[in-house]
Amino acid sequence: MSQILVLIDHNDDGPRKVSLQMLTAARRLAAETGDTVAAAWLGDDADDAEEALGAHGAEVLYWWDSEDADGYVTLPKVEALQTIIAEHDVSALLFASSNHTKDVAARLAIRLDGGVITDATDLVVEDGRIVATKEVFGGATITKSRVAEGKFPLFGVSPNAFPVEPVDGDLPELVDIDFDLSEAATAAVVTDVEKQASADRPDIGEAAIVVAGGRGLGNEDGFELMEELADVLGAGVGASRAATDAGWYPHRYQIGQTGRTISPMLYIGSGISGAIQHRAGMQTSQHIVAINKDPEAPIFQIADFGVVGDLYDVVPALVEELGERKG
Amino acid sequence: MKVIVPVKRVPDTAGDKVIDESSLTLDRDAGDAVLCPVNEFAIEEAVKLKESTGAEVIVLLVGPESAQTTIRKALSYGLDGAIQVTDDAIAGSDALGTARVLAAALRDEEFDLVIFGNQSTDARTSLVPAAVAELLDLPSLTYARFLAVDGDAVTVHREHEEGWDVVESTLPAIVSVVEAINEPRYPNFKGIMAAKNKPLAVKSLADLGVEPSEVGSGDAAATMYEFTPRPPKEAGTIVEDDGDGAAASDLADWMEQQKFI
Repeated sequence: MSQILVLIDHNDDGPRKVSLQMLTAARRLAAETGDTVAAAWLGDDADDAEEALGAHGAEVLYWWDSEDADGYVTLPKVEALQTIIAEHDVSALLFASSNHTKDVAARLAIRLDGGVITDATDLVVEDGRIVATKEVFGGATITKSRVAEGKFPLFGVSPNAFPVEPVDGDLPELVDIDFDLSEAATAAVVTDVEKQASADRPDIGEAAIVVAGGRGLGNEDGFELMEELADVLGAGVGASRAATDAGWYPHRYQIGQTGRTISPMLYIGSGISGAIQHRAGMQTSQHIVAINKDPEAPIFQIADFGVVGDLYDVVPALVEELGERKG
Repeated sequence: MKVIVPVKRVPDTAGDKVIDESSLTLDRDAGDAVLCPVNEFAIEEAVKLKESTGAEVIVLLVGPESAQTTIRKALSYGLDGAIQVTDDAIAGSDALGTARVLAAALRDEEFDLVIFGNQSTDARTSLVPAAVAELLDLPSLTYARFLAVDGDAVTVHREHEEGWDVVESTLPAIVSVVEAINEPRYPNFKGIMAAKNKPLAVKSLADLGVEPSEVGSGDAAATMYEFTPRPPKEAGTIVEDDGDGAAASDLADWMEQQKFI
């Protein structure tokens, strides 16, 4: 029986949410194709990872517990996956459509003569083949794509495209991976890791709710208010390019055509006019709230709920209101 | 030192984007086309290397003859010359097909560093830099928010969701940059005038030894076969705040209704 393989994206605490969402996707596909759901864990061990993966549908777990996975750039993971795919009957690979993982997919696809579709918001089986739904041009157009027959298919899955669904599963069958890294794989060395993000706040790519601030904040202190609102909601914090260019918030939180693309359940934009360059990065959010002084701001055209007013009146009142309602 | 900056002509984000019904590819003549805004960060980084090390900087573009305006625009930042790969057979290539053409063009050159933008603003797959690196058997030092070259040693800070990795390697290498890396300057009048006379080498697939069957829509490993416009969104609720924050309670009601709290 062939396997649908999920490349588990994880940190020291365990699998990221997107990995559990990908297991849901793999289970649904496998139910149609008759495949088994397999997962690949590459890198340092995390407590209870096996249990977590089994409880979300992984039947087989390929395990490469090696600090080399993150000690060098991209290629150790490529070679680990190449080893798994060479030795086992793998029909498709699902990976988290995040930046560094896209590199793994790109290099692996060249080695396997495969085809890659990134940023899938849905995966279904049609005529026996997996097809991917994507939202392109800032969400204006919805497309379906597939990988040519005879090419190994790799699908990048967008965060929040699938729900996290626990299942009654046993521990997965554990298969250790053993291979020698090529010389090329050790050519780019990770000498240090700089962690900047708040451990308490979710990443904007994965967060169910994202609070974003723009030019209308007026200064960097405005982001303290954004963080306050985010923390009462358990949300991530993002920014428009005007705000990151002004140095009010780090660039890696920039939402828009030259930054990140997000599709949370709820986006709350404050002091953001909603220029097309920004909308290209958030238009596919399921619900959009806008708070802006200017009633003509284009963001109101795509808002499910808009407040015309001074964000410095509205947001503090909202923080208080939400705090009270949550008790 | 020689630096090559691959650039892309993309539809203006603010313009219309039309998918051609027969070829199922983006109609690149439908709206205004511009130099991909992310390329400006790559060009700026290359210009800085030119200033600090005297590096020669060459721009590389895969695209039709009409894309030469994009090449001249890139050259106007003060770059030294350009290579254009143009061939009807390239149309409809997917990211990996495009990477094959770029890799073939790069194989023809001697270079120390290739600096990409981390994504194009149209397709946004981010696959091309790493795929090119794989085809050339070079390190892929992507998503750089910092780049330093010292002799044949290269250091980048690879941005990720939680911060960045400090990475060290040796040249030659393939780099892609994110917008955090610099603030691109604008081309000056001298640069714009000089761009008209910079050397441009135009190459076909045959010149690069690439079989037309390896690229283009016919051999694309990933193809889009169906598209629909997103259904228009229903108008939302708009409330006005009178300066007392009272609208916050309406918003909280809505959030409660939608089960966000």
